[in-house]
Amino acid sequence: MAQKIKQNRFFKYLFLILASVLCIYPLFWLITASLKTQEQYLESTLNLPWPLDFGNIIGAMQGGKFFLWFMNSGIITIGSVLFCTFASLVAAFAIVYMDFKGKQVILNSIISLMAVPIVVMIVPLYIFFARTHLMSTYPGVILIYAAICIPFSVYLMTSFFKTLPREIVEAAIVDGCGTFKILSKVLVPLSMPPVVTLIIVNALYVWNDLLIALIFLPKTEMRTLMVGITIFKSRFNLDVPLTMAGLLLISLPMILVYIIFQRFFVRGLTSGALKG
Amino acid sequence: MTLKTRKITPYLYMLPVIIPVGLVYGYSLVRVFDFSMRRIRGITGVFIGLNNYKYVLQDPSFKSAVLNNLNLFILIPVLVFLAIVFSYLLFEHLKGWKIYRGSLFMPYILPIPVVGIIFGYMFTLHGVVNSFLRLIGLDFLAIDWLGDPKFALWTLMIIILWKELGFGIILFLARLMSMDYEIFESAEIDGAGWWGKLFYIVIPQMVSVIEFFTIITVINMLSWVFAYSYTVTLGGPGDATLVMELFIFNKLARSQMPRPGIASAASVLLFLGTTILIVFLFRIRKRIAQEEE
Repeated sequence: MAQKIKQNRFFKYLFLILASVLCIYPLFWLITASLKTQEQYLESTLNLPWPLDFGNIIGAMQGGKFFLWFMNSGIITIGSVLFCTFASLVAAFAIVYMDFKGKQVILNSIISLMAVPIVVMIVPLYIFFARTHLMSTYPGVILIYAAICIPFSVYLMTSFFKTLPREIVEAAIVDGCGTFKILSKVLVPLSMPPVVTLIIVNALYVWNDLLIALIFLPKTEMRTLMVGITIFKSRFNLDVPLTMAGLLLISLPMILVYIIFQRFFVRGLTSGALKG
Repeated sequence: MTLKTRKITPYLYMLPVIIPVGLVYGYSLVRVFDFSMRRIRGITGVFIGLNNYKYVLQDPSFKSAVLNNLNLFILIPVLVFLAIVFSYLLFEHLKGWKIYRGSLFMPYILPIPVVGIIFGYMFTLHGVVNSFLRLIGLDFLAIDWLGDPKFALWTLMIIILWKELGFGIILFLARLMSMDYEIFESAEIDGAGWWGKLFYIVIPQMVSVIEFFTIITVINMLSWVFAYSYTVTLGGPGDATLVMELFIFNKLARSQMPRPGIASAASVLLFLGTTILIVFLFRIRKRIAQEEE
């Protein structure tokens, strides 16, 4: 019996370790490949790099406008996440705490938009943007990204507000709180857990997105990191170590953020999904 | 209890949501139907009835794209099964489980373009995957993963599996952790083994979250795989890894002669397909819920 349990345990560890190695290895390989010279890489893709070569990292910094792309991604991500969070908080507040005609219809239509494929909207938006000069502008893409993030955010915030005890708002009314103050001073401080979820989910989506950025930001100086790295790759296609160095540059900050805030990521991404 | 406000106030509160959603979703969804029946030149064009649809449905590329999207559904049972097994393994809190959790979830937060480019190089004919296979003597497995139309879609599926599994694991793990621990203890006393507990306790308790994950994955495989196809293979070789999103993108932005009308017709077909599938899935869900009662 004890023998069998030990054996079982061995297989469990084996599975977990094997899966973890498979998940981490591509990142490890990315690092090793970017520290090789072109000759070292062509000689063997599997070997560890030795002697280490930092030429690609420097080369990638010169070959790509990483700082500019990083700034563009940052501005767009912060802009759309702020807009979407504000809009969904205010709307969810109205839906849960106010009475108005058509409210259920509006809520249901917004929620069902979650299932609409994004690509369905690009043709009309492309033509609309070309006509209104919104193409390649920050406000234009921020508007699109915010709209895409809103259905899930409104859904999450309304279901959260519905779980709050009614007495909280009643007490605030008795204290003579104005309508907007009830939201900003009473409800928002209580809503931090779902708001963190929203920020993480939406920021990950906007930061990592390729489709919208590719179509609606055609100007070179408006490229985001994801578009930038895709173009960087096709430019240096044959120089694999240099491309890998570029990828390393853009993923390193993200991986560090993930390792430091792992707890928030895991909790943030799941709590929202489970509440619904 | 509701707040007493002026009649107009709730609508003012809804404005920041209504304006972007109305423009991006409302306007576009109406226009895409309209555009799909026109020959677009510039900002609009002449009405040509269902000709765009005829063109799309006769286009062999579109047919391959639809089939490829449907083939991706093979991934769903695999994803669900592996996510259940690994979440249950993590749930046992073996030594170092947080490190395993962190590693298994890592792929999910990485951007698809980054993942796509890395794997694109790893799976080349002389790439690291084949070097490793030759090293351990499995030369016959060292195939042209992405260059051969027979294998390319399967390779793309491996990449998608690698990237998306983490979300399922974390989702299921969170559900497991909110479960009553006593059920496990009493099952153990009754002599239930690992698989017994998995099939008789874990899976029945997770039905709703498994269903949620399945619906999300169906939507993803139909309309959320653009970035994989675009960064790994650009839909090639031939149309071997073309998906509907990329077909629409190509017709709008990549060909020398953009065909927005055709792209719109394909968009409408994708939209209708997804809608029908989702309504269907929710029907099943309702029926299961009724049977349980």
